[in-house]
Amino acid sequence: MLILDQLWIILALPLLGSAINGIFGLWLGSRWSNSTVNTVGVGSVGLSFLCVLEAVREFLQVPADQIPVFHDYFTWMIAGPFRAGFALQVDQLSVVMLLIVTGVGLLVHIFSVGYMAHEGGYYRFFSYLNLFVFFMLTLVLGANLLVTFVGWEGVGLCSYLLIGFWFLKKSAADAGKKAFITTRIGDMGFMVGILLVFATFNTVDYRGIFSTLAQRNVPVETHLGVITAICLLLFAGAIGKSAQLPLYVWLPDAMEGPTPVSALIHAATMVTAGVYMVARMNPLYARSPIAMLVVAIIGGVTAFYAATIGIAQTDIKKVLAYSTVSQLGYMFLACGVGAYSAGIFHLMTHAFFKGLLFLASGSVIHAMGGEQDMLKMGGLRKKIPVTFWTMLIGTIAIAGIPPFAGFFSKDQILFAAWAGPYANKPLYLLGICAAAITSFYMFRLIFLTFFGEPRYDEHHVHVHESPWSMLGPLCILALLSTVGGWFAAPTLWGGEDAFGKFLSPVFAQAAALAPVTEEASHSLELQFSAIAVAVGLIGLLVAWWLYVKNPDLPARIAKSLGGLYTLVYNKYFVDEIYGALIVTPLLWISTNVLWHVVDEGMIDGAVNGAADVAQAAGGEARKLQSGYTRSYATWVIIGAVGFSAVLYGLLRMKQ
Amino acid sequence: MTLPFLLFFACALVALLGAVLLIVAREPIHSALSLILVMVSLAVLYLLLGAPFVAAVQILVYAGAIMVLFVFVIMLLNAGEEERTDWSKIAKYVGWPLGVVVVLGGMHLLFHSEPGAAVANSAVNPPPPADTVALSNLLFRNYLFPFEATSILILIAILGALVLARKDE
Amino acid sequence: MSVVPVSYYLALSAFLFGLGVIAFVFKRNIITIFMAIELMLNAVNLAFVAFARAHSQLDGLVFVFFVIVVAAAEAAVGLAIVLALAHTRQSLNVDRVNLLKF
Repeated sequence: MLILDQLWIILALPLLGSAINGIFGLWLGSRWSNSTVNTVGVGSVGLSFLCVLEAVREFLQVPADQIPVFHDYFTWMIAGPFRAGFALQVDQLSVVMLLIVTGVGLLVHIFSVGYMAHEGGYYRFFSYLNLFVFFMLTLVLGANLLVTFVGWEGVGLCSYLLIGFWFLKKSAADAGKKAFITTRIGDMGFMVGILLVFATFNTVDYRGIFSTLAQRNVPVETHLGVITAICLLLFAGAIGKSAQLPLYVWLPDAMEGPTPVSALIHAATMVTAGVYMVARMNPLYARSPIAMLVVAIIGGVTAFYAATIGIAQTDIKKVLAYSTVSQLGYMFLACGVGAYSAGIFHLMTHAFFKGLLFLASGSVIHAMGGEQDMLKMGGLRKKIPVTFWTMLIGTIAIAGIPPFAGFFSKDQILFAAWAGPYANKPLYLLGICAAAITSFYMFRLIFLTFFGEPRYDEHHVHVHESPWSMLGPLCILALLSTVGGWFAAPTLWGGEDAFGKFLSPVFAQAAALAPVTEEASHSLELQFSAIAVAVGLIGLLVAWWLYVKNPDLPARIAKSLGGLYTLVYNKYFVDEIYGALIVTPLLWISTNVLWHVVDEGMIDGAVNGAADVAQAAGGEARKLQSGYTRSYATWVIIGAVGFSAVLYGLLRMKQ
Repeated sequence: MTLPFLLFFACALVALLGAVLLIVAREPIHSALSLILVMVSLAVLYLLLGAPFVAAVQILVYAGAIMVLFVFVIMLLNAGEEERTDWSKIAKYVGWPLGVVVVLGGMHLLFHSEPGAAVANSAVNPPPPADTVALSNLLFRNYLFPFEATSILILIAILGALVLARKDE
Repeated sequence: MSVVPVSYYLALSAFLFGLGVIAFVFKRNIITIFMAIELMLNAVNLAFVAFARAHSQLDGLVFVFFVIVVAAAEAAVGLAIVLALAHTRQSLNVDRVNLLKF
């Protein structure tokens, strides 16, 4: 078991790549050429991907009772009875995540070779990108909550570094800060959750927690108990990291970073860490229906809410950002209604088509020489055909039209919301409406960008197709978006749901604890699939009507909607509300209370006060030295009397 | 009242009178003479206590040499009536209470503390044979080192006095 | 013939010492202050002799001897200082010797 025994190699390769690029790039400057950076950067992730492939091959031969494959490398911390090791483990869920992270990661690295070719700080970009892959792998491979948390924080750091890659631009630097601070708020909940886990289970190892739950037959908690608290706190971290309501505000701003960053971090991997965490902790969530309901509600509402904002955005990347928030909502909705494998499946297909969409948008932006506003594009489909076709495939996938990937995953989630063990019919309605809106704004994006008359100055902007280093990954992802859904096709369509079966050991405890419902009939499933497809097509048709057939209709509608349109266009003014409600008061407190009162008044006051007291005391004490001999003489006698009194007292006590 | 008692009270009275005169006197020469009075009465008291040698040394050295030195210096400096300055605040306020504390404290130590009371109220033993032979035995045997040290001390004192009192040329 | 109790001598010694302290604190002429010191020493001498009698030992007398010797040396040096002071400050008032101050 070459790789499975040496799991650390998968982690070490990107880290090594990051370190080499970082150190030599900094040290040698321009002598560390771009092609060297490429070799190291892309090569390390490529090698890691190969190792993952090999690890998967080996994993398929491991007997079921030895899963998860566990390696403890060294003791990280010991405090009394608590011991946390730096431990890695591999099980079926890890395998899926590993493939996504290294596979999509490799494609993004290759894409970046072309996209970032003319940028300064080339070595820095690849160094950070490799570092990100390292941390994401740590997150996924971690065998206890603490190692996962190291990865969790590490990807947050790399996200900050990469969003603010062009740090001389104030909006980029601010966006990086915003991302880090907002996710930090969620991380606080996560940390308290880890503490509570330790307090309850005396371990933070996944194996330990789950076996404790199973052996002691811990029942489902119907009240607000410890397990619910843990689940909600851990979910708070997921709200931050996976950009759900109310902590999603950083993700649209994160589009300030380079497009490959948006593709890898803010579509395929980092934002899915929250979903991974909920799926990993499914034995806990299955025992807390309250927490699952919260997860489902937040997921569903976010999916709908973000979709509505996406309708009115004009920046091509912002549309995709809100789409990501919305799709993440779907994944949490899936976990919240107990369809964990559906959620992970959607995570995988989303990585394919959203990664594709982001990279393709990067290709469009590259072709337009940096323009990102869709209102200034138009009629690009003949000029950049490969980009057009791949982006179209991605759009069809996200709209949920068969046989592309998004259909199968979204369909599974929505059906579970309606008829699964934790069914919640209002959430189904939110989901289906969000699906309609999603289809609409995605096709709007396609029609605005690629159809119609060019709305830009053709003499100044020379639209050209991207190099094959960028188009190659696009094509591969397009292929995956097409066929990627087939191996999870449920029995309904003739498939075997191989994906769900593969993951079933991971979700065994959750499945066992789910309330028993009757198996939904095939005809019901067919009906709902039909509804989903119909909804997708409706969105396509409305978008076609508004943006191809009657291009001036949208503007008239927007004007007639007036205030409502302004509200949506300005993203419901959430950033402004947060600024006024939270940021401004905090800044006020920080300046006026913490700075003036505490720091200047109390701390400086104490320190200076001590000095002043010493000075005053000295000033008074020196008056003792009056110069008068008689005073000194009197003091001598007082001293002598005192001394004899003390001596006398001591003698008396000795007796 | 027997003779020793009478003699004691008389000398005690004289000694106290001299001390009070020392405080009250305005001219330093009057204070010096009062002090001599005190010393002489103390010498008589030493005799009462059976220490004739010490009494003689008191008169010869203390009253006869040290006080004479004081009188010399007073006359040399033409010390007149002292001016009444009271710039030292603490002496003004703490002085009298301090004196009272000292006296009372001393009395307490002597009479109400266990060792003090043991001594003070013990029976008065017959005086030891305080003749020169006995004293010299003690001085030159047990207290030889302090004796030699004090002789060096006197030498140093002489040198010091010479240096300090010299006029700068 | 009854003898005067030792306690009487000790009481007198205490009184004389106290008077010496008062003189030391209140008088302004340097030489008078010196004489107050001598008074205090004398009082202590009386106490020593009284104790010698009480314990029937001669050690107290030897101590008196030494006290007198040291008092003599101290008087010599002290009066030399007084002379120097008198030359410098043209006054024998101790309150005028006030330069060693803050």
